[in-house]
Amino acid sequence: MDGQVAIREVQKNYGSFKALDGVSLDIEPGEFVTLLGPSGSGKTTLLNVLAGFTRPDSGSVKMDGVEFLTLPPHKRDLGMVFQSYALFPHMSVLKNVGYPLKLRKVAKGEIDRRARAALDVVKMGHLADRDIGALSGGQRQRVALARAMVFEPKILLMDEPLSALDKNLREHMQIELKRLHDQLGTTTVYVTHDQREALTMSDRIAVINNGTLVQYDTPSRLYDHPVNRFVAEFIGESGFLPVEVREGRLTLFGEPVVSRDPWRGDTRAWMLVRPEKLAWREPEGPANRVDATVCEAIYQGDSFLLDLVLPDGGTIDVRCNPHTANIAIPSSGDKISFWISRDNTVLVEGEA
Amino acid sequence: MIAETSLSVTPRRSPRRPLNAQTLRVQARRERLGRIGLTLPGSILICVVLLIPVGWLFYLSAFDAAGNLTWANYERLGRSLYLRSFFTTFRVAGIVTLLTVLMGYPVAYMMSHARPRMATVILVAVMLPFWTSVLVRTYAWLVLLQRTGLVNGWLQSLGLTNEPLALVHNELGTIIGMTHVMLPFLILPLYASMKAVDPALMKAAANCGATPAQAFRQVYFPQTIAGLGAGAGLVFVLCLGFFVTPVLLGGGRVYMWAMQIGDNISLYGNWGSASALGVVLVLATGLVLFAIRILLKLAGGPR
Repeated sequence: MDGQVAIREVQKNYGSFKALDGVSLDIEPGEFVTLLGPSGSGKTTLLNVLAGFTRPDSGSVKMDGVEFLTLPPHKRDLGMVFQSYALFPHMSVLKNVGYPLKLRKVAKGEIDRRARAALDVVKMGHLADRDIGALSGGQRQRVALARAMVFEPKILLMDEPLSALDKNLREHMQIELKRLHDQLGTTTVYVTHDQREALTMSDRIAVINNGTLVQYDTPSRLYDHPVNRFVAEFIGESGFLPVEVREGRLTLFGEPVVSRDPWRGDTRAWMLVRPEKLAWREPEGPANRVDATVCEAIYQGDSFLLDLVLPDGGTIDVRCNPHTANIAIPSSGDKISFWISRDNTVLVEGEA
Repeated sequence: MIAETSLSVTPRRSPRRPLNAQTLRVQARRERLGRIGLTLPGSILICVVLLIPVGWLFYLSAFDAAGNLTWANYERLGRSLYLRSFFTTFRVAGIVTLLTVLMGYPVAYMMSHARPRMATVILVAVMLPFWTSVLVRTYAWLVLLQRTGLVNGWLQSLGLTNEPLALVHNELGTIIGMTHVMLPFLILPLYASMKAVDPALMKAAANCGATPAQAFRQVYFPQTIAGLGAGAGLVFVLCLGFFVTPVLLGGGRVYMWAMQIGDNISLYGNWGSASALGVVLVLATGLVLFAIRILLKLAGGPR
C-alpha cells in the first residue's frame, strides 16, 4: 500500500513571521492524520505546502521516497477538498467530478462511468446532472469529495471541509468521512481547528502552534498525556491548578501532591482538571484534595458549570453533574471539595 | 414555579381581530407609496427627455412635413454613400472592440490579481482619462500622431522611418483614439467579474491536474465571459454612436454614422433624414445587444 509521506524541516517565513518553523512529520500509508491548531498556527500553510500552493523557503516532502516539494501542483496527483469546496460553477455535478479524469485523457464513456461511481460512493448519484448552484452546502461537500477521490489519488488533503456546515450535518459527515476512509484506505491529511472533530476522525493528530509541531500522537495519548499546558488546554475541556515545585517536592495549596508519574521539571507545574476525571466524594486510595467555595453555579441542562474560588484566591471553572456525583445541587457560597485520584493526576508545564 | 406552570398552558384563541393587523397594513402601504415617490422624479425625467424625443424621432423619420406617412427617408438610406458609412461604422466599432478586448483583458486580470494598493494604482491609471474631456484627449492624440508630431519625430530621429507615417486623419488614427477612449468601459465590468471568481477555483483546477493554461481556458475564462460580454457590448454600442474622436482624428476620411446624422442636420437641415439614420442606429444597436445576449447564454450558460 503506497501513500507514505515524509515531511522534513519545512520552513516558511513571511518577513519576520515564521509560518512554519522547521516542521517534520511522518505519515504512514493509509493513515488518517489531522493537523490541529488555532488559527494562524501554520496548519493550513503546511497543507498548502503539501498541495503545492505555497512554496516553502526550505525543507523536503517525500512521497513513497520520491521528492515531491519541487513538483508543480498539477503534477502531484493529490486529491483535495477545499474549505469553500471550489466546485466549478459552470459545470454540472457530473462534469465537475469527471474533470480530473478528462485531464488524464480517460475515454469519454469511462469518465462518466467512473464519475457516476464516485458520486454513488458519496450518495450523490441521483443528482449527477444538477447544476452546482442548485446544491446545498452538504451536497456540495459530497461532490467536492467525489471530485477529490475520483482519480484514486494516493493521498487526500482536506482543508476544514466541514467548517461551513451546521453542527448536526457536520457530526454526521465526520462519521461518514471516517467510514469512507476505512473503506478506501487512502492516506488522508485533514486540517481543522475543531479538537472534537480531530479526536473523532483521526488515527493520529499533529498539534501545531506558532509554526512548530507541538505533539504528534494518537487521540487518546494526546488527551491523557498532553506534553504541555497548550495541548491540554486545546484538547478537551480542561482547567488547571497551580502546583508549587520546591527542591523536587510538589505541593498543591500547601498539601503534598500524589501522582503516578514523577515530575522532572523544576519550574512551576500545572495539575490538569478534566471534569470526567474528578471525584466529588472522597475516593478510596491516594488522591489530591481541593477545597473551594462556589462563586456561581450555572445550570446548563445536563450539568452545572461551577465557578469555584480556590484556597489561593484564584478561580477555576469546573463542570459537575450533581446526580452522577451524588452530591446536593450546589449554590453560591457553598463550600465544596473535589478529589483527583493518583492515577488520574496529570501534571504539565507551560505558561499560565 | 407558579409562573412557569401558568405559562405552559396553551393560550386561548382570541375571538378579536388579529393583533395590530390594521396598523401593519397601513405601514406597508405607506412604505410602498414612499418607494414610488422616490422613483417618481427619475421616471418623469426619463419620460420627458428620453421617451418623448425618441418617439418624436420615429415620427419625424416616417412622416413628411405635411404629416403624411412616407418611406422616402428610409429609401434614401439605400444609397451607396449611406451604405458605405454604415459599414465603416460597424467595421471601426468591431476593430476597436476587438482591440480593447485584447488590451483590456490582461489589464483587468492584472488588476484583479494585484495586491490592494497596486490594484488601486492601476485602477486610478485606468480611470484617469475619465477625468479629462474626450475633446482634450483627442487633441492630445492629434499632437502625438500628426506628421510633425512626437511619434513621427521619434521614429525619424531613431532612423526607423525616413518620412512621416500617416498615423492620423485616417481610419488608423480614428481607431487608435477610440480604443484609448473605450478601454475603461471594457476594463471596469471585466474587472468586477474577475473579482467575483473564487481564487480557490484555480487551485482546485491545478489540483485536478490542469496545467496553468488548461486551468485558465477551462475554468477561469468561462467565469469571466459574462463580464467580458458586458464590457465588449458596451464598447461596441458606444463606438457605433461615437462622434468627436472620428471627426477630429479621421480628418474627414472616416465617415461614420453619427457624423452622417450631424451633417444631415447642420449642413442640410434635413431632420427627417437624420431621424431615419438615428432610428436605424437605435435598431442596429438593439440587435447587436440582443445577439450578444444570445451568444452569452450559449457560451456562459450554466454548463
